[in-house]
Amino acid sequence: MKLDVVFRIAAKIFIPFMLVFALYVQFHGELGPGGGFQAGVVAAAMVVFYAIIFGLESAQKIVPPRVVELMVPAGVGIFAGVGVVSLLLGENYLNYSPFGGDSQHGQEYGIILVEIGVLVTVTGTLVAIFYSFVGRGRE
Amino acid sequence: MNLLQEIIAHYNHWIIIFLMVSGLYIVVAHGNMIKKLVGLSLFQTSVYLLYLSPGKILGGTPPILSDQFTVYSNPLPHVLILTAIVVGVATIALGLALVVRINEAFGTIEEDEIFAEDEDE
Amino acid sequence: MISAHLPALQVVLPLLGAVVCAFLKRGSWAWLVALAVSLVLPAIALGLLYQTYEGGTISYALGGWRPPFGIEYRVDIFNAFVLVLVSVIGAVIMPYAKRSVEHEIPEDKQAWFYAIYLLCLCGLLGIAITGDAFNAFVFMEISSLATYALIAMGRDRRALLAAYQYLIMGTIGATFYVIGVGLLYSMTGTLNLADMANRLAGIEDSRAVLAALAFLTVGISLKLALFPLHVWLPNAYAYAPSMATVFLSATATKVAVYLLLRYFFSVFGVSVIYADLPVSWIFLVLSIAAMFGASLVAVFQANIKRMLAYSSVAQIGYITLGIAIANKTGLAGGIVHLFNHAIMKAALFMALGSIFFRIGSVRIEDLAGIAKRMPVTAGVFVVGGLGLIGVPGTAGFISKWYLGLGAIENGWWWLLMLIVLSSAIAVLYVGRVVEVMWFREPSPVAKKAEEPPLSMLLPTLLLTFATIYFGFDTFLTAHMADLAAQLLLTGGR
Repeated sequence: MKLDVVFRIAAKIFIPFMLVFALYVQFHGELGPGGGFQAGVVAAAMVVFYAIIFGLESAQKIVPPRVVELMVPAGVGIFAGVGVVSLLLGENYLNYSPFGGDSQHGQEYGIILVEIGVLVTVTGTLVAIFYSFVGRGRE
Repeated sequence: MNLLQEIIAHYNHWIIIFLMVSGLYIVVAHGNMIKKLVGLSLFQTSVYLLYLSPGKILGGTPPILSDQFTVYSNPLPHVLILTAIVVGVATIALGLALVVRINEAFGTIEEDEIFAEDEDE
Repeated sequence: MISAHLPALQVVLPLLGAVVCAFLKRGSWAWLVALAVSLVLPAIALGLLYQTYEGGTISYALGGWRPPFGIEYRVDIFNAFVLVLVSVIGAVIMPYAKRSVEHEIPEDKQAWFYAIYLLCLCGLLGIAITGDAFNAFVFMEISSLATYALIAMGRDRRALLAAYQYLIMGTIGATFYVIGVGLLYSMTGTLNLADMANRLAGIEDSRAVLAALAFLTVGISLKLALFPLHVWLPNAYAYAPSMATVFLSATATKVAVYLLLRYFFSVFGVSVIYADLPVSWIFLVLSIAAMFGASLVAVFQANIKRMLAYSSVAQIGYITLGIAIANKTGLAGGIVHLFNHAIMKAALFMALGSIFFRIGSVRIEDLAGIAKRMPVTAGVFVVGGLGLIGVPGTAGFISKWYLGLGAIENGWWWLLMLIVLSSAIAVLYVGRVVEVMWFREPSPVAKKAEEPPLSMLLPTLLLTFATIYFGFDTFLTAHMADLAAQLLLTGGR
């Protein structure tokens, strides 16, 4: 597999664009179709793609399993934490209005923040599922 | 004639019902644990369509505000189903993980073989 | 300020706790976090119960989006009661959990175990607190997925099989529930339960609404293990880790019953359920079948954990009997049995978990003569068993008293006879175990047993005393259940 030049070159071309596309979908989320879930799936697909071409070991060198395992609760923590910040600012849980100057901007910033949480968790979860299924029975 | 038109007019419901029943049938009728999960997934997918098809309004555009349009499709079903899809993914992933471990523990994923083995204990 | 946000905190705290637990590597630290969260939750729940008792229904707009457009958390006296039940059970079992989990779960999995447990707790509390149909589905799946994982952590390899079977059944149940909600949503255009009830007025007898009711009933009945849909329950309870069994038997099915009652009474309303449809008769037949069928099966179980699981199916029959009796007294009996059964079954499973902790088995032949070495634990089993039978002076009697009174109000004397008769079967299965525990020569393993550590014994004793206490003082149980039944039957929400 590692000798297959076409795959490796093609992967090297594709992967940066996949990452850019994931980020585009991510940061477009509060204005149009897109958001953390879709972006997270694209980002996870990138890792899966890399692992298929270059092998699980090299993928795990770039994205270590321990990091992936921490990403899952970290994203949930970001999401829930944003809600706690709303509480501390005296509003209802997950009310983003006080985050910006006016409530419209507050909502925008709030969505961006929680979408980052969604991105982290979805990427982490899907990569973790992939790692555990592929790595099963190897060691 | 009228009846026929009515049947054709609700074609989305027929597709949903077909998927729903075939999914449930696979879950019940098959002893292979992977096939059961496939059936389960099909069953869940039919529900996604149940939500999505009434959400589309004829002549409606995507629900992004614009002066040119007055009729929009309902976005809420899509949001709900996105959540349901995530739940479905989690369920299938957990189910497959259990099947992998069952295969390691029992050496098979056929239900009848496992039950036969279980009775010996 | 904080009292206004109690509904959100009730659900968010266990979620945050789960996040912290997932970060921690050491099981004992995760236990500390879970303990801290579990001890705060009952305070919040009692605060909510007090607020609803004094000031009526609380509505909390999540994210500041006004209901019915946003997700609403809606607390009335009935779900405040359920919240208290779930969170109190959660708090009582946490001290017990430490030693039991150390014994049954490998060290590197313990932090995950507590994280998953807190997610399960979060899901159950969420179902009980939310006023949104789809939100309830999401919480249902959070708790169910967590439950499958908890069961699969059992040491026996059959735990995996039990978890898989529960996953298939549970997902079918949840999907039926979503189908029901989807049909209601396309008929009413809303997901807010209170709003849905208003918009259903006038279209109750349309075919789509009736189909929705059927799908919801079957889906939730799968989750609450109503008699013919209970087949997942015995194996799941028998092979799950002890602590998970205690928690699930006391809470999971109870929350599903809550959801069913919420749909029946707050969304569809008494007239649809009882006047237009034979719901009362269906539940009557199924409940009686559960009371007798499951009790009889329980008598012949060699695995005592499995025996108690079948007994749970039978006891759920008494709870749903309250729906069938269809008057205020009977319904209050069903609701109070939610609470009473939870504390009795939790005490019994805790005692059994302590025995498993000491002798590593829950088979009846190994339990022989164990009372000589573990008299307190075996005593707990006697008290809990008397509660299951419904002996006066225990909490179980109060439930059956109300159910019996409700049956008499309907003029159903034969039902009273059946309740007494089915209790006689409970005498058989409880008596069999008690006889073996107290009056047999000790088995080889039982000879080496001793009382469990205090951290396990004290919570067990606490619930045992609660079983007796709530047999006399019924303010928190029967009085609250009475108010809840009143609220439900008048269509309150």
